[in-house]
Amino acid sequence: MDFNDTAAEAEYRATVRAWLEANADEYREPPATPWKLDEFIARSKAWQAKKFAAGYTGITWPKAFGGQGLGPMQSIIYGQEEGRFHAPSGLYSIGLGMCIPTVFTHGNPEVAARYVPKALVGDEVWCQLFSEPAAGSDLAGIRTKAVKDGDDWIIDGQKVWTSFAHASDYGIVVCRTDPSKPKHKGLTMFIVDMKAPGMEVRGIKQMSGGSDFNEVFFNNVRVPDAWRLGAEGDGWKVALTTLMHERLAVGGKPKHAPGYATLMKLAKGVEAPNGGPAIEAGDVRQRIAQSYINDEGIKLTQLRALSALSKGEMPGPEQSISKVVVAKTMQEMAAFALDLAGGDGFVTEGADPELDKLQGSYLWSAGLRIAGGTDEILRNIIAERVLGLPGDLRPDKDKPFNAAA
Amino acid sequence: MNFDFSDDAKALGDQAKKLFADKAGTSAARKAMAKDAPAFDAALWAEIAALGWTAARVPEAHGGLGMSAEESCMLAEAAGGSLACVPLVSTLLATEALLMAGNEAQQAKYFPGIADGSCIAVVAWNEPGAANPQALSVSAEANTLNGVKAPVADLAGAQLAIVAAAGADGPSLWLVDLAAAKVETLETMDLVRRHGRLTLNGVAAEPLGSSADYQLWLDRAAVILAYEAIGTATSAMAMTVEYAKTRVAFGQTIGRYQGVKHKCADMYIKIELARAHALHGIAMISSNGAELRQAAAAARVASLDAASFCGEEAVQLHGGIGFTWESDCQFYYRRARTLSAALGGRGWWADRLVRALELRNRAAA
Repeated sequence: MDFNDTAAEAEYRATVRAWLEANADEYREPPATPWKLDEFIARSKAWQAKKFAAGYTGITWPKAFGGQGLGPMQSIIYGQEEGRFHAPSGLYSIGLGMCIPTVFTHGNPEVAARYVPKALVGDEVWCQLFSEPAAGSDLAGIRTKAVKDGDDWIIDGQKVWTSFAHASDYGIVVCRTDPSKPKHKGLTMFIVDMKAPGMEVRGIKQMSGGSDFNEVFFNNVRVPDAWRLGAEGDGWKVALTTLMHERLAVGGKPKHAPGYATLMKLAKGVEAPNGGPAIEAGDVRQRIAQSYINDEGIKLTQLRALSALSKGEMPGPEQSISKVVVAKTMQEMAAFALDLAGGDGFVTEGADPELDKLQGSYLWSAGLRIAGGTDEILRNIIAERVLGLPGDLRPDKDKPFNAAA
Repeated sequence: MNFDFSDDAKALGDQAKKLFADKAGTSAARKAMAKDAPAFDAALWAEIAALGWTAARVPEAHGGLGMSAEESCMLAEAAGGSLACVPLVSTLLATEALLMAGNEAQQAKYFPGIADGSCIAVVAWNEPGAANPQALSVSAEANTLNGVKAPVADLAGAQLAIVAAAGADGPSLWLVDLAAAKVETLETMDLVRRHGRLTLNGVAAEPLGSSADYQLWLDRAAVILAYEAIGTATSAMAMTVEYAKTRVAFGQTIGRYQGVKHKCADMYIKIELARAHALHGIAMISSNGAELRQAAAAARVASLDAASFCGEEAVQLHGGIGFTWESDCQFYYRRARTLSAALGGRGWWADRLVRALELRNRAAA
């Protein structure tokens, strides 16, 4: 057993590292003050174009679509190496991670030829329009409708929780095209122009205070039939292939989120309720141990999956535990650490950087437990797909959508 | 990267699971519960010795197969999963001690017997009044030991004990020939695995390595025991998932209810976290890696959590039938406490984990 790269992996890593050393110099340190949206977008576009020119975009995509035709390990190695820098990231992760693979897998070839290259080089940003106010965990409950009008479709309705909708040029949207069919059968997916007449994007202010997501309103938005992705009525099947990519993307602990090491550091400087440094208190040590077991356990579980990929095998189902463990551990650890700091843990004004991070982590983790599959949906997935337990009873499943309660 | 068991180790694990599925399991465990049942299944012991499992980790020079810690862990997982009534895990723990701390003469004396199954070796770590692996009152004086070790797993029928005893430099391990010691049975919560009381009144003993070896052995033993616990937890989960697929309540199988299926998912989550740390432990044993202490402690804590949770929720999800004497749930429920008592409980190992992290941080500073 070893944690070393194979010879081919080591060679690729060395090439990537040398390229980053030569090209990512300005991103060695995080920005002194967070970038404003305009600067973030400008920097993201410039960085993507640079990566494109060097062959570090679409690493696993087929060459026919402008990709590099390499394996998942090369993509992971690039991600690990770029992760050592603070280059702008995130603007393209949904578009290139989920939308564009759907476009080139299910879209009409001329349309794919027009949109895929511009997305890959970073000229055009894409978002994914799936969730709705009444279709969250029950994603197939989508009500946004698309009605055929000659060679076009006309879309009306509302989407929600759309990341980067405000910065996007295009999106992929799932609509109900036949409400007389059962809920999973009457859906169809389309490409949509985010700047088209009738589109309206409104930011959502989260309980954490930030605005990372949007509501998107469709008011008689016209889309050509050529922008359909997959057959009419196949929208659910197409969406599942898109979501498969999301589950892989929303995995481990966010890169800079506080973990057990933060709790250890904090506990050294705080007094325990019964006197002495908190780091020597039994309950605090038990908490540190639990945080380590959960955080590092997920990291090691991911290494198990990487090991399988490296050998050209499919990873086992153990990866499915990642997000459900990570998000709840972040929340519990942050709450425990903030409590340990007493009143200081609660005051945001002038809070020291560690406490500020913990406060941010406590607020953000509440959203992370919902995003990309709630804790409850993920437990269903483990129970049903890994352990083989039967699915929940779904009384509306086989009824026409417009006849279900 | 190669963070997985070797194909050879997996093949041995599959072979062990298959044999134990035929010859051990809960029906054999139920027979072993009878008051007049033998201390262990001698026929099964002879069969696994003939298959070379007791020889797996013994060096070739001493009649063994010279396999790695991976094979020991695979065997421990299979034994834990099947509740097999053989002193296999005890012998694996003793083998590991003799392998890493024994001198040439000690290895030459004991390994051939361990390899061919004629020498059953056990670990006498527990003692009355001591709840952690550092505070021991059994002491050594001029190569004799005095005091009481209890409970000792698989003591009846064993020939050799590896005894943890206090010394000037801290606790260390000693080899004791059980022919000269007083061995009694001792009833515990576990009605399947027999335990005993070992009374040492000036019994002759040979030192086995140093106090540093004892610490290293605790780490390695924790990894092997983690696999035993993972095996037990996995069987409790499998039994419960099967029941949830067939038991009907309110007009549907209970596995459809999230109150049931989410507990099954939590069993899986706890087992996979334990597997990740335990595998890290093996990787550190194989490479003499610096992270062995933290990996072993994390594996021990996570595997005890998995075994307790799975044992407890197995009874709960079976409902009333799970609480009956006739239900197999009790085996897993009781075994979780056996596993915890085997080498210092969860609290001590969680603290050892944090101490390892503190040491690492200090070294890095």
